[in-house]
Formats: sequence, structure tokens, C-alpha cells
Amino acid sequence: MSERKTVVRPYGDTTGDGMVQVSFTLPVPHDKRAEGAAVQLANRMGMDPAMLVHAKPIGDGFTFFVVYGRVNHLVDLDQVQVVERDFPLLSAKEVNAVVKQKMRRKLSVVGACIGTDAHTVGIDAILNVKGIAGEKGLEYYRELKVSNLGAQVSVPELVEAARQEKADAVLVSQVVTQRDAHLHNTREMSAAFREAMPAGKRPLLIVGGPRFDETMTGELGVDRIFGRGTTPGEVASYLVHALITSRKASS
Amino acid sequence: MTGKLGLDPALVARARELARRAGQPVVDLARSHTTVSVERAVLRLAGVSGADPDGIPWVNRLVDAVVADVGLGRGVALPVFDALAREGIADVTLLAQKAAAGSVRFDQPAGKAATAARRSSRRAVAAGIRQIDRRRAERDRLVKRFGDPKQRPWIYLIVATGDIYEDIPQAQAAARAGADVIAVIRSTGQSLLDYVPEGATREGFAGTYATQENFRLMRAALDESSRELGRYVRLTNYASGLCMPEMATLAGLERLDMMLNDSMYGILFRDINPIRTFVDQRFSRQVHARAGIIINTGEDNYLTTADAVDEAHTVTVSQLLNEFFAHEAGLADRLLGLGHAFEINPDVPESLRLELAHALLARELFPDAPLKWMPPTKHMTGDVFRGNLLDGFFNLVGAMTGQGILLVGMMTEAVVTPWLSDRDIALQNVRYVLGAAGGLHEDFVPASGGFIQQRAHRVLGEAVELLERIGEQSLLTAIAEGTFGIMKRPADRGKGLDGVARHADDYFNPATEILERQP
Repeated sequence: MSERKTVVRPYGDTTGDGMVQVSFTLPVPHDKRAEGAAVQLANRMGMDPAMLVHAKPIGDGFTFFVVYGRVNHLVDLDQVQVVERDFPLLSAKEVNAVVKQKMRRKLSVVGACIGTDAHTVGIDAILNVKGIAGEKGLEYYRELKVSNLGAQVSVPELVEAARQEKADAVLVSQVVTQRDAHLHNTREMSAAFREAMPAGKRPLLIVGGPRFDETMTGELGVDRIFGRGTTPGEVASYLVHALITSRKASS
Repeated sequence: MTGKLGLDPALVARARELARRAGQPVVDLARSHTTVSVERAVLRLAGVSGADPDGIPWVNRLVDAVVADVGLGRGVALPVFDALAREGIADVTLLAQKAAAGSVRFDQPAGKAATAARRSSRRAVAAGIRQIDRRRAERDRLVKRFGDPKQRPWIYLIVATGDIYEDIPQAQAAARAGADVIAVIRSTGQSLLDYVPEGATREGFAGTYATQENFRLMRAALDESSRELGRYVRLTNYASGLCMPEMATLAGLERLDMMLNDSMYGILFRDINPIRTFVDQRFSRQVHARAGIIINTGEDNYLTTADAVDEAHTVTVSQLLNEFFAHEAGLADRLLGLGHAFEINPDVPESLRLELAHALLARELFPDAPLKWMPPTKHMTGDVFRGNLLDGFFNLVGAMTGQGILLVGMMTEAVVTPWLSDRDIALQNVRYVLGAAGGLHEDFVPASGGFIQQRAHRVLGEAVELLERIGEQSLLTAIAEGTFGIMKRPADRGKGLDGVARHADDYFNPATEILERQP
């Protein structure tokens, strides 16, 4: 019996009982009909039988429900497909520790919005201590030296700043996408760095913004693209991976 | 030995004296500098409103034009009102439009022209301040008519959809469900805009832009709710970032009731230039004092970056500094919503007792201030069941230590922006705790010499030590060297520095003149 099960059901208190619990709100006032509607929704979600255990009016014309029930769906573990991040997610503490031990100096990051883009929301969310969604920005990391150039920075200014700050990585945020401005600006930026610095001396080039396709790195001449919903922790973890851990491993 | 914690009154007095000593050089700095935002606030009081077709406010265009011609150091009031007289027009907004088109030149008037400009600018700004006075009187009338919330703490709830027309029904629903204070959180990054957007807005990033029109719409909606519910529902927004003085002015003009206003938040968390922040902060707080607006300070932010046990004393230090700056700007104790937060890692042994010690310390140090008690965020993991329990303990500590304003914690913190049901569950949590234990602060007296007293003494002692260190090197140096929230922020760096000028000998600001006169 040591064989691994590959087909499983949810577990309530007995193997195979398939029990789950959900809560949701329907935009209807609380009455018998609303409760019936909740059970119907649960049935359509595959819960059968569905037990409505709690219904409570909230606000005007809304009702909150808690439903327990048995689902008939099965999960085949062999069929589960996961898109793996190609670098491990580290905590701020771990990022700092790796940089301190392996680099023995601060990791220098230069960030900017380039072109006419004045939307610093993205770069600020990643760099400012304030951060986003409860996660602190890169400024918060003791072992990172962050220089945020802000909005409407020209490409030559950015290259110069990267040189002065001895940047290990350059982060560029692009929100405005009219006439593919984000793509043009990014190509211009990567070309300028290629021209100004020899291959081994170039900082890691990273762009981010809500409308980028994360697979276009080659075409845009950058090392990494981050899309919507990226958090500072992911960027920091990637920096450590790309600049330290993967380099050590391959050398 | 006094109060529930047996704090040494001499040590408390020493802490205040040290805060005064650390803060005074900053006040001197604020009194001898102006900023573009202070000058824009003056012109807003004098009646400049609206924006150009690109959305840049006329007040920005006007100040930029004056600065280009005569610089910032003598204030913009005289050049503006001198130009108004020369052009023979009465409307300052019209002058701003002409200035933006490049058809007006500004000079620093002298002699009779200066006297006339001084008189007319005082008259125009006084009209704006009278409007703030009228709004304050109106609030007093409405509070009298509808009444304050029956219980303390007041229940403070955040609304933020990005669309003011979505915010309004949500805010009204929240008020009906028990919220006493509605805060409309701002769009991410508004702190860093060097202008105040105009008009009603329907798009924002994780929040709704603060604009004068949005203020007006929301206040009118909550006035409706106040009438319906028979209690005055308060409205909160943010005077932080690069436009503190203007935000404060617009809040006063539109009868907002509370404003987030911290002395160091912009410096530490938004990398705004320290001098810019302190100058803007002083003016904005003078306006709040005039408008009768309760400020909410941002000490909770320190604890989200630093450890809530090790760095507890930095909260106390910041509260003492915020108190000093607020008093100096004319704010009475009843308008000081000094902040603190329930952010100790719940896995730390005795974490609840530590929270009680810290919360009670703030209560005892600032007995007449309506302290703002902020919920856990850092240790909310996405486990909503555990989060709801943690929020319950947070509410309990608020009740046991007599907090003034309780920001309702959401079990879905760090998961989603609160759903309708999340808010309902959170308010149910608050109602249960306040209903079951609302008066517990009367009975809760920590044992003499026990864990809670010892912890409170220790935090106060560490706060005094830190203030002593700051006193030796000045607050600006301390900030430059990263004493607070671990960020190093030198006085000659940061955003908005180019909008700061030292006062010339003949600097003139009619608003400051009126605000500093005893009413």
C-alpha cells in the first residue's frame, strides 16, 4: 500500500468524502429564494449535496453565504502542470545575506521611467520603501544601493547614471503604450547600453510594465521583463539569482 | 508615579523637553523657508482654481511663471497682486491663464505698489480663510445636530476603488454598517505628484485621487448619511507627499474632518527632501489647526519596516516629535490622532502583553489625544481565519487601552482589496469586541511592577536614550544617518528640493500672517 496515490479528492474527516467549504456573496436580499439561489450555485460548482450553513444580509440587497458540501471532482496528481519560476523566491533577509556574503559590497540598482512616460507608479512601487501590497520596495533592503531617477529620464542620462553608480542592474518602468512607445523606448535603451559598454561590463537590464509580453526579452535586448502584479520581492530575488547565484554556479 | 503604568513624571517631562530640543531647529528651518506648494496654497486661498487643458492646475502655472520672473524667496503674493493691479483684472485665475500664455510679466513691487499689493493680497487670502472658518463652524453645527458616535474608539474604515462614483455608495454602505470615519485612500504615487489633480476622477491605481471635487462629492454624500443615521460621519484624506499645504487647504475648504499628516513619513518612505517636508508640514498643520481638522500621524509605518518589539521606542520618539511640531503649529491635543500599530509577530511569546504595554504607554503619555490605533498588516499571511482572530485581539487591545480611533483591520489584508463581505465580517468583529468589552479599560490596571509596566518603562527609557542621541546631533543629521525606519535621507537630497527657497529679508506671506495671529 506504499504506492503513491495519484487520484485524490478533498478531505473533510474521512478519506474520499470530498468535502469542501466555500463562502460567497450574492447581490440579492436575504430570503428563501436567495438561499435557494446559493444552493443552486453550489450545485453548479459541483457540490452535491450542498449544505447551506450560514446566510446573512450585508449592506443593501446583498447576502453572504457559507456552504459546505461534497464535490464529485477528482484530481489526478500526474496531470498537474505547474509553471515554475526559474529562480527561488527569497525573503529580504535572505537577499541581504546572499549579497553580503557573496558580493561583499552593496548591489547597485538604478531605476527610472524613460522617454516621455511620467507614470512612476511602477518603478516607485518596486523601489520606494513604501513598496506595494504590503511588501517593502528595494530601498528597504540593506544590501541594495538604490538610485531612483524618477520620471522622463532620457536614455543618455540613464546610461550616465548607471556608469556613475556602477550599476549592477538597471530597472526601467514603462506604463504608457501609445504607438508601442514602451517597445521603442526599451529597444533604444538596450541599444544605448550595448553601444556604451562592453558585454562583460553591462548592467543587467530589466524592464517592467503592465503591457509587456514577458517572453520578448531577446527581441527587446533586455535580460528580463516583468509584467503586471510583480512584487519587489520577486525583483530582488531575480537580481540575486541573475547576478550572484547563477553566475557562481556556472563559473 | 502616576497613572496605570506608574511612569515617572520627571522622565516623561524630560522626554518632552528632549523632543522640543530636537524639533526646535527644524521649526526654525521651516520658519525661514518657503516652498512652491506653500505658495500655491496661498494662491488657492486667494481664489485660484481650475486647471489647463492638460490638467495642470492654474495655480501651478501661475507660481511657475512668478518664480521664473522673480524667484521664490520673497513669496509670490506681492508679485501676483501687483500684476493683478497693473493688468486691471480682479480674477486671480484669469491672471494665471494670462501668465501661462506668457502675456504677463511679474515684478517685485516697491513703495506704494507694494503697499497696495500687500493690502489686496491680505484681503483675498482672508476671504479664503474665512471660508475655512465657515466650514469649521458648519461642522460644529452638524456634530451638535447629529451627534458624535456613541462609543469610543471611533470606527475608521477605508474605501478605495479608484472611482469616486463607486466610492460613494461603498462609503455610505460602510457608514450604515457602523463606520464613524471614512478614509478614501489615495491612488498609489499621488504623494509624488507636484500638483493636485482636478475634478471628479474615475480611475486610480489602488486608490482614488485626492481632488477638491472628489472631496466635495464625498463630503456631501456623507452629510446625507449623517442625516440618515443620526450621527456625524467623518471624512478623512491624506496631507502627505509633495502637496501637503495644498491638500490641507482643500481639506479645510471642503470640510474634511481628519487628515493623515506625519512629520517624517514623506522623507523616510517617499524620499521627499527633508526641508521640503518640514516646511510643508508646518504650513499644512497651521491650516489644519484653523480648520479644526484632526491629524493622523503615521507611526504605524515604522513598524511595517522595522521590528515592532526592537523598534517600539522609535514609535514613542516619533509621537513625541509629532506632538511637538503639532503644538508649535497651533494644533490642540484633541486634534492629535497620534498613530501606533498592532504589528508584533504573533509567534513572539507574550506578544499580546507586549502590545498592551505599548498601547497603554501611548495612552498614558498622551492622555488628551485621540490616539489612532492601526491593525496588523505585516503578519497577515493570507490565512484569513487566523487573520480574523488576530484582528479580534487587535480590537480587544484597542478597547482595553482606551484608544480614540480604531482603523478596522481586514482578514483579507495582503490578499485582495476588501470585499463587501470582508468589511462586514471585520465590522462584526469590532462590534462584538466593543459590545462585549468596550468598558474594559476601566478595569484593566496592570499589576504594579509586572510584565506590562516593566515593558512600558523600558520602551520609554529607550525612547529617552534615542532622543538624547538625536539631541547631540540634530534631527536632520539623525534622519540623514538613518535613525528612523532605517532609511538614510540627507537634507540636500530627495524629491522636491528644487521647490524650496530660503526666505529673503522681505519675504511676505499673507496666509501665514493670518494663521499665526491669535484668533
